[in-house]
Amino acid sequence: MNDTFEPVIIGFTCNWCSYRAADLAGTARVKYPPNIRLIRLMCSGRLDPTFVLKALASGADGVLITGCHPGECHYLEQNYKTLRRYLMLRRVLTQMGIEPERIKLVWASAAEGVKLAQEITDMVEQIRALGPFKPRYPMPLNPSEVVEVQPVAERGTV
Amino acid sequence: MMSKINHSTTERVGVYVCHCGSNIAGVIDVEAVAQWAAEHLKDRGVVIARDYKFMCSSLGQELIEKDIQELGLTRVVVAACSPHLHEATFRVACQRAGLNPYLCELVSIREQASWVHTDKHAATEKAKAIVSGGVERVLHHTPLDPLHVPIHPATLVVGGGIAGIQAALEIADAGFPVYLVEREPSIGGHMAQFDKTFPTLDCAACILTPRMVSIGSHPNVTLMTWSEVTNVAGYVGNFTVTVKKKARYINTDLCTGCGICQEKCPKKVIDDTFEAGLGYRKAVYTPFPQAVPKYPVIDHVNCTYFQKGTCRACEKLCPTDAIDFNQEDEIVTLQVGNIVLATGYDLFDARRVAQYGYARLANVFTSIEFERLSNAAGPTNGNIVLRDGVTVPKTVGIIHCTGSRDRNFNNYCSAICCMQSLKFAHLVKERTGATVYNFYIDIRTTAKAYDEFYQRVLEEGAIFVRGRVAEVTDASRMPNEEGKLIIQVEDTLAGLQRRIPVDMVILSVGLEPRRDSHEVAKLFGISCSSDGWIIEKHPKLDPVATMTEGVFVAGCAQGPKDIPNSVAQGAAAAARVLGRIQQKEIALEPVRASVDESKCSGCRICNGLCPFNAIIFHEDRMVTEVNPALCQGCGTCVAACPAGAISGTVFSNEQIFAQMEGLLLHNIEHPPLTEGVLA
Repeated sequence: MNDTFEPVIIGFTCNWCSYRAADLAGTARVKYPPNIRLIRLMCSGRLDPTFVLKALASGADGVLITGCHPGECHYLEQNYKTLRRYLMLRRVLTQMGIEPERIKLVWASAAEGVKLAQEITDMVEQIRALGPFKPRYPMPLNPSEVVEVQPVAERGTV
Repeated sequence: MMSKINHSTTERVGVYVCHCGSNIAGVIDVEAVAQWAAEHLKDRGVVIARDYKFMCSSLGQELIEKDIQELGLTRVVVAACSPHLHEATFRVACQRAGLNPYLCELVSIREQASWVHTDKHAATEKAKAIVSGGVERVLHHTPLDPLHVPIHPATLVVGGGIAGIQAALEIADAGFPVYLVEREPSIGGHMAQFDKTFPTLDCAACILTPRMVSIGSHPNVTLMTWSEVTNVAGYVGNFTVTVKKKARYINTDLCTGCGICQEKCPKKVIDDTFEAGLGYRKAVYTPFPQAVPKYPVIDHVNCTYFQKGTCRACEKLCPTDAIDFNQEDEIVTLQVGNIVLATGYDLFDARRVAQYGYARLANVFTSIEFERLSNAAGPTNGNIVLRDGVTVPKTVGIIHCTGSRDRNFNNYCSAICCMQSLKFAHLVKERTGATVYNFYIDIRTTAKAYDEFYQRVLEEGAIFVRGRVAEVTDASRMPNEEGKLIIQVEDTLAGLQRRIPVDMVILSVGLEPRRDSHEVAKLFGISCSSDGWIIEKHPKLDPVATMTEGVFVAGCAQGPKDIPNSVAQGAAAAARVLGRIQQKEIALEPVRASVDESKCSGCRICNGLCPFNAIIFHEDRMVTEVNPALCQGCGTCVAACPAGAISGTVFSNEQIFAQMEGLLLHNIEHPPLTEGVLA
């Protein structure tokens, strides 16, 4: 299965740096695998940690978070908050039994198209090695679909 | 089976897939993408999906406009290039057809798919997913109006070189106030140090100083030399800039610029800024006689009074009592609507190329040293002589590309060194009759009348050797090399190793970004390339704007360039600023956060997150409010609100979730989860 496994990665990009780095990678015809799909945010600080959980719950095998280098945030300092959330997310994922390597934080300035492409390439290989993401119990897609989770004792071995 | 998004839609969506000639269609099967969208996204509101050669052409736009009117489209998705390129184009097209411009979404299948992937099938599948994401997202768009921000009529120009001078003069002549801030005691920049300017050989001072005088006397220009910008707050239209006016120790209200203090000051200092280390100045000085403003500066590091507590010669002899040793740095706050950065360049430090011997071999000069040597107002009154101050060189070697086009130092071409070297060759020939060798990699004389100048220098008998110099040494091997500098070079046209003895070597050093360019970029909220040059908004179509609205760039701060180009950029930046000021206001993206007070629990988690102080907490009602005038739309508070009470226009949770679902769920190739696993 892993031989043919093509991971799907959702990438969150900052409008001012990494989205432009992606544009630059395009303009410069730098190649990277097609496994990533980018979503533009105004700032990496816009990244609600639930975006990452939701992406994984909706079928992504990994999530890439990109923002401006520390000290270069277009909104002064919001990427530091992204860093905090990223570190928290890694712990939360670990507690949920999900490999924290499924998420990755990359700083990429508007000039770093080549770097972004390389980071994407590396991440695709990393996720490919991890294999497809299979949640261990049903994950609700949106709040209206929340299923009642059984108490741990009654759930038996999952 | 995939899990379908369960909400239905009544919207009527049009999908337009662009070929972009072969840029997209060469890799992505655009027809298949359009067909797929028409079939599979039908229940997501897609009523029409078309592909077209160039969507951005007037015919392409008319296609969309016609469909909006005839098919009653309520949403438009264009799959083409980056939104940074053509989002505005398609929004305007929608607006013309009566659709709110914010109901249009441009998704990038060029920069993000066709240009970066080689596997045609995979790229096509990815394009489908991207289109699907766009369709889901656009369903959650709401009609919006742009925000209108008033523009303060004053402008800040940072840097008083020729680019900054040009920008300041254009704006001031148009009748608007300008603050020109310069770090050095005088404006003029590097150009003031030059003797002649290529290719016309008119004297730099003759063309520059009238401009400097205009700046100094212009009623609309507030000149602040010996000053630095320390803080920039606010946004386009209304920046608050803090400037530190360093203490001059001169009362400029009383000083007449007579120069007696400079004459009488007993302390001589090597002038390594203006005279490039070749000449002296006093501890109280104006960098050069035509300096603007005319007031001198006391250099407190070298002033005998500041160091030893005695002297005060200048104070005693000043006829107007203008010397004020008690002066302190002054902090000034300015209100401006736009900013032009013309901070210029630094020269490559020739000592880094150790094999060329600069600062080790006396008669190796840098280009700026030669400029001062050849300048009639320079330390040798324009006599081209060796470091001993008397000997006229009989042979001179000019080494091009020192520090440029060299992977050990800077990869880029510094753009001016070829012409500068040709100018040097001409001046040496003209003034000394010496034999001149030029060592070059390529001769780049691309602008108007430049190549003619090259031909002229060739005809004058300058010798050109094609090859990168390996070494400059004083270790002689032959009798004719004794006491000379020997240039070791591979002549790549003749296929020979050569040793050429010369009396003087001139290193045509490259241009580098200012050493503090990264700090300056941070201060003004813009970004630099990895080299350190300021990144323009678009390298071709928006060369003087930056990513930050209201901040423009001109001259060498953006990249190496010659005087004509610096002047052109200064004028271009001024034109952009004037356009803004004339409009009196600017329309901005309505990306703002707002709080639903009924959902706000008053937890105050968001309160500490805003660097713009846009979040206000109402103690009486225990709710938070976002001030839309201060909010910049980053969305950090939206992401942090545990109650979901804060929402952000253009990038709402619903829009991002929907785009994500679109990107993932409609992906044919990789069904994300099987039904058995999913609840």
